[in-house]
Amino acid sequence: MSVTAHAHVDEHADDHVHHHKETFVTKYIFSQDHKMISKQYLITGLIMGIIGIAMSLLFRLQLAWPGESFPIFEVFLGGWAPDGVLDADMYLALVTIHGTIMVFFVLTAGLSGTFSNLLIPLQIGARDMASGFLNMLSYWMFFVSSVIMVISLFVEAGPAAAGWTIYPPLSALPMAQPGSGMGMTLWLVSMAIFIASSLLGSLNYIVTVINLRTKGMSMTRLPLTIWAFFVTAIIGVISFPVLLSAALLLIMDRSFGTSFFLSDIFIQGEVLHYQGGSPVLFEHLFWFLGHPEVYIVLLPALGITSEVMSTNARKPIFGYRAMVASILAIAFLSTIVWGHHMFISGMNPFLGSVFTFTTLLIAIPSAVKAFNYITTLWKGNLQLNPAMLFSIGLVSTFITGGLTGIILGDSTLDINVHDTYFVVAHFHLVMGISALYGLFAGVYHWFPKMFKRMMNKNLGYVHFWITAICAYGVFFPMHFVGMAGVPRRYYQNTAFPMFDELTDVNVLITVFALIAGLAQLVFLYNFIISIFYGKPTEQNPWKSNTLEWTAPIEHFHGNWEGEIPHVHRWAYDYSKIDENGEYIIPGQDFVPQNIPLQQDEEELNH
Amino acid sequence: MTTLLILIVLVLVAIAIWQMTKIFELSKLKTEDSQVATDKDNKYNGYLLFAFLIFIYGITIFSFYKYTKVLLPESASAHGNDYDYLLLVSFIIIFFVQTITQALLHYFGYKYRGEKGKKALFFADNDRLEFIWTIIPVIVLAGLILWGLYTWTNIMDINDEDDPLIVELYAQQFNWTARYGGTDNVLGSANVRMIDIDKANVLGLDESDPNASDDVIVKELHLPVGRKVNFKMRSQDVLHSAYMPHFRAQMNCVPGMTTEFSFTPTITTAEMRMNPDIVDKVKRTNKIRAERAANGEDNSDPWEFDYVLLCNKICGKSHYNMQMKIIVESEEDYNAWIESQQTFSQTMASIE
Repeated sequence: MSVTAHAHVDEHADDHVHHHKETFVTKYIFSQDHKMISKQYLITGLIMGIIGIAMSLLFRLQLAWPGESFPIFEVFLGGWAPDGVLDADMYLALVTIHGTIMVFFVLTAGLSGTFSNLLIPLQIGARDMASGFLNMLSYWMFFVSSVIMVISLFVEAGPAAAGWTIYPPLSALPMAQPGSGMGMTLWLVSMAIFIASSLLGSLNYIVTVINLRTKGMSMTRLPLTIWAFFVTAIIGVISFPVLLSAALLLIMDRSFGTSFFLSDIFIQGEVLHYQGGSPVLFEHLFWFLGHPEVYIVLLPALGITSEVMSTNARKPIFGYRAMVASILAIAFLSTIVWGHHMFISGMNPFLGSVFTFTTLLIAIPSAVKAFNYITTLWKGNLQLNPAMLFSIGLVSTFITGGLTGIILGDSTLDINVHDTYFVVAHFHLVMGISALYGLFAGVYHWFPKMFKRMMNKNLGYVHFWITAICAYGVFFPMHFVGMAGVPRRYYQNTAFPMFDELTDVNVLITVFALIAGLAQLVFLYNFIISIFYGKPTEQNPWKSNTLEWTAPIEHFHGNWEGEIPHVHRWAYDYSKIDENGEYIIPGQDFVPQNIPLQQDEEELNH
Repeated sequence: MTTLLILIVLVLVAIAIWQMTKIFELSKLKTEDSQVATDKDNKYNGYLLFAFLIFIYGITIFSFYKYTKVLLPESASAHGNDYDYLLLVSFIIIFFVQTITQALLHYFGYKYRGEKGKKALFFADNDRLEFIWTIIPVIVLAGLILWGLYTWTNIMDINDEDDPLIVELYAQQFNWTARYGGTDNVLGSANVRMIDIDKANVLGLDESDPNASDDVIVKELHLPVGRKVNFKMRSQDVLHSAYMPHFRAQMNCVPGMTTEFSFTPTITTAEMRMNPDIVDKVKRTNKIRAERAANGEDNSDPWEFDYVLLCNKICGKSHYNMQMKIIVESEEDYNAWIESQQTFSQTMASIE
């Protein structure tokens, strides 16, 4: 850590805490306090999550009972479901917006936005983000982009429906699909604002982690949560601008007649003027973000898991340095594997070989992480709180989903399962469900820090167990649907008699999905009720080592009364014993980071 | 009336929520629960973790038992056998790792469930262990990578050796067209700018190109068994993907460029229909279809197995129904069939 940062922190320590007068607007709406902003992110993310999950339940109904009439379609979709039968264009729109909302609005902004904001200042010992104003701006741009995305659902010709990957020409030509008109324009505008928001947030996280660590908080003493958020922010800064450029070029193709992605098109009886562009270029640009995006979603979840697991196992995380190295390796590799989404896109097969190589390499740090989590549990004293269960669940789905990546990352084997339900099952387990579990683990664990109250644990258990069973119930059989050759994004499979006998599987999957959807209501109930009526929390309910639990329960701008705590050890001194086999602090199996080394205590070089 | 009903329901829901919150508060007062896991919670959830392990194994076994039959039948192309073998080996490795890691994860969750007074082991590091589980994936993956790359290079090496049949697959919303090179086995040049719907030149062939005149344009793909086929894919509007699952073959069709794939069909449609797996599948499917017919539902005609070409890249409203029949037959049958088709010049002449 640099000398200037030291000076900075010390100087802060004196002038704080200033309780400036706050109005309702500055405290709850245009707040610059990272804790309030994180709550804003969480609640916006959860609302978007409700929309995204509800959409998936709607199209699951169609997949299980194709062409059947459901009054619920008419209630929500009106003219898009004449007589309660879902329209095929609307089906594609639902799939598209479900993907967009879940990946970007829930798992990027809702997960990383919430916990980076909450934990970075609190866990590194800073009074706030480097720039509270940019942080506020970042949230409000996210809010605006969410509103635009929701508005796009009400456009007359329907929302964007070209798949969440919006490959042109389908997304570029309104005559190819009604959703590619106004709906797609709003999608692109919304995403452009979202990217700006994400960049402002990420830059802020990076600067904060580098400059505002408290005295003694060296990089190697950072909790793994912070490492994950820090590296996630770096990947975001590297890759999101590329998506912005793709979106801008697509806007130009759509509105200003350029031909970046379009060439030789004959549609609805006429030849279009486009010449010389290539849809494959768009695929490259999209996946240059799209693949790192997977890790932008996943790394924060893994970071949260590391912290929650270590705390609840009452054991240090196993292989701290290997965990950091894995995060860095995954981050580096994630930017050079995007081509594995394009093995059969028509790009040069030699490129396919290169991307197979880099892709399978990424399995190595992932495997190291999985083994380290398992070893962290070994000989622990596991406190099975809901957050801990979600963390264990995450490791389970991360392994199950990650292993099938060996099939998809192999260019040869990808040929026949590409774009089938096998892919859908794979990525939902490895990044969808895993990241959602990370989000839930984070909410259950840091709820007391955010809302000063505890969530009900029994409802948490109900929520976890139903969700865990249903997640496997939905996505395990789905691999078989893919292996049978069923393509994704089919409105119904009835046009192919060879898929007739798969209707049973689809019914099973849908039933599990509906039950899983209901289980999320338990979570929502628990979440809302606990905000107002939950049991008031103690200072450090999980007996955790990290700095956020040394901050007063009461929220105020500045986090700590008086001086910021200094750090004297890493974050994982759980169950550490001296030569006599006694805990370092008698009667207490954890040593918070702000406790100086005790007499004769050795700081282990991890 | 409906409005009134909705209002009543809303009021009832509100009352229900209000009552539930009351119960919630009362129950909290009584138990003085800290909402942190107790020994009892650890015990029950530890057992549940173990039960969950059994559930994971259970759903795996159930899925294999119940759904193995829906998987694709044996490969009908030459390279497909290599594909299937590599897939099998990969799956064996995957299931081996899956079984062991899930067992360790959940068993540890059960075995080391927390109890008051129990001491966890301070175990932060072990270089040897970490070395072992870094090096094992490295070796296994290196093997898979090399094998995969070798197979990939072979499959993707599209050349003109062994006198391949040249076929164009032409995609548009929402149907497929196939074009054969004709007697010279050379495709005439084509471009969307030359499409002339009035003259039925729907693929935009260059009418002045001598290679085009003997081209044969059809809506059903016939392939001679045992002869290599080089496919040239084109699309006229949006991205499509030519997916032939029975042949382990797939390639995107991209407007503005020509993409390629190549395979040698090894099993004729007639032979595949005799395959025991297919015979069973057809039986099961026709049973479902007979039930549908009895209930007066759609899609109830009896089915006979055929290879198909599907579209596997989202392409718009009828993406789910963009298909073409593929027939693999003996050389003689193929020759007889292609003879009976009109060439491009004949079609042009008949229209004029």
